[in-house]
Amino acid sequence: MKKKKILSLILVAAMAVTAFAGCGKKESAKNEGGSSEGSAVFKIGGTGPLTGDAAIYGTAVKNGMELAIKEINEAGGIGGVQVEYKFEDDEADAEKGVNAYNTLKDWKMQMLIGTTTSGACEAVVAESHNDNLFQITPSGTSINSVKYDNAFRMCFSDPAQGTVSAQYIAKNNLAKSIAVIYNSGDTYSNGIYENFAKEAKNQGLEIVAAEAFTSESNKDFSVQLQKAKDAGAEMVFLPMYYTEASLILAKAKEMGYAPSFFGCDGMDGILTLENFDTSLAEGLMLLTPFSVDAEDEKTQNFVKAYKDAYGETPNQFAADAYDSAYVIKAAAEKAGIKPDMSVTEIGDAMKKAMTEIEFTGLTGTNITWGEDGEPTKEPIAVKIENGAYVFM
Amino acid sequence: MRHLQKTTKSNFITYGIVILTAVIIQILSSAGAVSSLIGGLLVPLCAYMILAISLNLVVGILGDLSLGHAGFMCVGAFASAFFSKMTAGTMPDGLRFFFALLIGAAAAGLFGILIGIPVLRLRGDYLAIVTLAFGEIIKNVINVFFIGRDSSGLHFSMKDSVALNLDSTGEVIVNGPQGINGTPKDSTFLIGMFLLLIALIIILNLINSRAGRAIMSIRDDRIAAESIGINITKFKLMAFSISAALAGVAGVLYAHNLSSLVASPKSFGYNMSIMILVFVVLGGIGNIRGSLIAAFILTLLPEMLRGLSNYRMLIYAIVLILMMIFNWSKGGGRLKEMVAERLRGLRKPRTKEVK
Amino acid sequence: MSFLSYLINGVSLGSVYAIIALGYTMVYGIAKMLNFAHGDIIMVGGYAAFLAMVNAGLSPLIGVLVSIVVCTLLGVVIERIAYKPLRMAPPLAVLITAIGVSYFLQNLALLLFGADTKTFKSVISFKGISLAGGALQISGVTIVTIAACIVIVVGLSLFINKTRAGQAMLAVSEDRGAAQLMGINVNKTIALTFAIGSALAAIAGVLLCSAYPSLNPYTGAMPGIKAFVAAVFGGIGSVPGAMVGGILLGIIEILAKAYISSQLADAIVFAMLIIILLVKPTGIFGKKIQEKV
Repeated sequence: MKKKKILSLILVAAMAVTAFAGCGKKESAKNEGGSSEGSAVFKIGGTGPLTGDAAIYGTAVKNGMELAIKEINEAGGIGGVQVEYKFEDDEADAEKGVNAYNTLKDWKMQMLIGTTTSGACEAVVAESHNDNLFQITPSGTSINSVKYDNAFRMCFSDPAQGTVSAQYIAKNNLAKSIAVIYNSGDTYSNGIYENFAKEAKNQGLEIVAAEAFTSESNKDFSVQLQKAKDAGAEMVFLPMYYTEASLILAKAKEMGYAPSFFGCDGMDGILTLENFDTSLAEGLMLLTPFSVDAEDEKTQNFVKAYKDAYGETPNQFAADAYDSAYVIKAAAEKAGIKPDMSVTEIGDAMKKAMTEIEFTGLTGTNITWGEDGEPTKEPIAVKIENGAYVFM
Repeated sequence: MRHLQKTTKSNFITYGIVILTAVIIQILSSAGAVSSLIGGLLVPLCAYMILAISLNLVVGILGDLSLGHAGFMCVGAFASAFFSKMTAGTMPDGLRFFFALLIGAAAAGLFGILIGIPVLRLRGDYLAIVTLAFGEIIKNVINVFFIGRDSSGLHFSMKDSVALNLDSTGEVIVNGPQGINGTPKDSTFLIGMFLLLIALIIILNLINSRAGRAIMSIRDDRIAAESIGINITKFKLMAFSISAALAGVAGVLYAHNLSSLVASPKSFGYNMSIMILVFVVLGGIGNIRGSLIAAFILTLLPEMLRGLSNYRMLIYAIVLILMMIFNWSKGGGRLKEMVAERLRGLRKPRTKEVK
Repeated sequence: MSFLSYLINGVSLGSVYAIIALGYTMVYGIAKMLNFAHGDIIMVGGYAAFLAMVNAGLSPLIGVLVSIVVCTLLGVVIERIAYKPLRMAPPLAVLITAIGVSYFLQNLALLLFGADTKTFKSVISFKGISLAGGALQISGVTIVTIAACIVIVVGLSLFINKTRAGQAMLAVSEDRGAAQLMGINVNKTIALTFAIGSALAAIAGVLLCSAYPSLNPYTGAMPGIKAFVAAVFGGIGSVPGAMVGGILLGIIEILAKAYISSQLADAIVFAMLIIILLVKPTGIFGKKIQEKV
């Protein structure tokens, strides 16, 4: 008995020492490595969910970012300096997000593209603010995602999407009575819904049914659709991701209910859903900053390169991440930052440069940023006709 | 008497390990030898260790399987974060955090009693599923809470934040699924270790007290315990509510470490409850020190595996299965003996190595 | 009228829960373990059928057969590697191992098939029934799922009561030690149980994905938990209980969404479960546990 106790004590002590001293050693080794090679390259980190049920979004961001940085490096890097990148999994969770951020910090990250999801982003932005590390989120839509001055956003914010959607529907007289189906357990979906509801009141639109679902029961939408149908909604507004929306469209067809459907940027990707019957999405309208079918050369090159590299059609997450990397390039060249500057120096220089650049990428033209980190972007409304986006 | 001394000694070894670990890490981190990742993990580690030992009180000592422990953590986290947001700026940080801790523990403990009264009549897998259900209900209900504050006082809604009708000075404090944002970052490693030590003292003293022996007698033979006049409901409730209150404390630590608090399935759903249960089972059911070590290793493991990128969670799952087989199977038991033998051999050098 | 249509929707959701719960309850009844990986075997069944039908272009019937074969093998292999060494371990240890297996299957699927959602092609071409001039719709999947449920319940009952292997299962579930003394090969019987349970999971997977055509590595997780709840509802270990529990759960979920609150539907489902268990602590069809003094 006594022996066992001593044994366990020794084990614990040994473990504590190896775990912490081990890390400490690695850390100091990295410090040396970092200072010698740190002057040669920029280190850009990225975070997002690579596992868990939001993995689809994090993977897209990772791929988009990777593609852009490879291109940037081939074209000579940022101001002639090559870029190194690293992407860490955060499982779309606040706590894991901070862990991922800290892992990247240990790797001597200088700028961050991330995080992919709003919830994790809100926690990470508080950390990066403390370090004054420059951060641009490709797809964190909630207001608090860019709460601090070191954080900028590539996508629309929740209020922007909800408000613009309501205005768009009212202006084009698309419908008077609207039902909303939203994910009450999701920051993104809930945020858009609330802002849509606010603006709808101002615009004289009537919300006849607002039906929620949760991430735990996101398979069966019969009740929500039945209620929308009974309330006589001419249009159903779907502020959610395309994976859930595809089930709603299929169910509505089965029920013989055919209102018009209107979605947000999360809807983009529905046409490329593997094996999806695109006739279900016929007539669906959505606001999206990016379309894989856009005719311009930039988009077509991106889509082709992405397909070649990853065997999938890119969605707007990938496009936002791709643009984010190029935004960093534009701002960094404007600010004239050097890799041997400290994280705060880079942060200060980038913050200033971000408000001065004008950027044209896949997800918008002539985008500028205010000090609040919000981009000025015009959402493009598209309608799906014959299995392709048609600009409205 | 001998027995008592032995347990006291064992308890002091446990306290010693905790204090020693705290001192070592504190020294390492003040010397700047701790990486950001480890530095950031320290407070969650404390929270998980508190969760593990508090769940062990229910699973190991009381002998009831609970799958809703994250629910109590969730209550503690939200109650205290709400309090901290409300009182930010009105009192010194230390005092506020002290009150936040009390409120978190009290709220979670209260829920422990409320849930314990109906639930503890059930047994085995049925109890497990009902605690899981309660955990999910707590999470689900918190997700529809909207509380805001403006010049005319507090506003409450269960629909959405628009329904709060706040005036221009209004501020939404609890925003449904978007949770509470901007909780002050009051948790530190030393506070966490201190709370862990207090939790340990409470639990170990409880186990070795009259009440603790009554609780264990219920676990070993409920009917016999009842027949010698032990008040089953009272002692079950006692263990359950103390465990819940400590989980609440862990929730407070967790909430005041991150600036955004969301009642997501990931942080407070049944998956988290199961994770805590894994700490308990792996560390040895009823073995408090084992829970500490298991929580420590399993929290660090996925982070240490980050280098494996895509294979990280796959390897983690394999390690989990292997650890269980290693610990509990017949063959694994023999293997464990052998490893122990070898390690003992290291202490007393032998000429021949034991294979 | 809308009440009727909600009721039908409830039955169709419930029939999917029921068919998953059947596998759960079967394994629980005989091996006495909560197989948390059951939901993920369902997901594997879905992928197997998807690959067979879409990528290999086979007919739906062959797709279902492929899925059954894959899942049966997988179930037996998992049992042999992960659960058999723990036969003497406390039930909690087995529970945790099952959770490990669940993580393993999810992450393996994530690596093999990627994170993106695939739209499943329904294996049921049958259109369904339309009543009251189209106001009430009963889909083909619902009818097939309920029919499959009934066939499985009857088949399992016959198998358990009429065959030697079934009797052996019953004996193992009553008293493992005594069964062994009577010359029953316990290991073989438990392996057979897993084979049957996993085959049921394959059928459940195909029907789940036909009813709700989206497939990703986490497809099985939540239905798995709901089906677990359904099995407890009906009295875990009871075959007809799983079916009744599943359908009841589906109806409660839909009606709660329709008449109380769509946000709180899950909370209401779980609250109902608690109430039922407090009134009848072993579920609707559960046997009363005899306490030995």
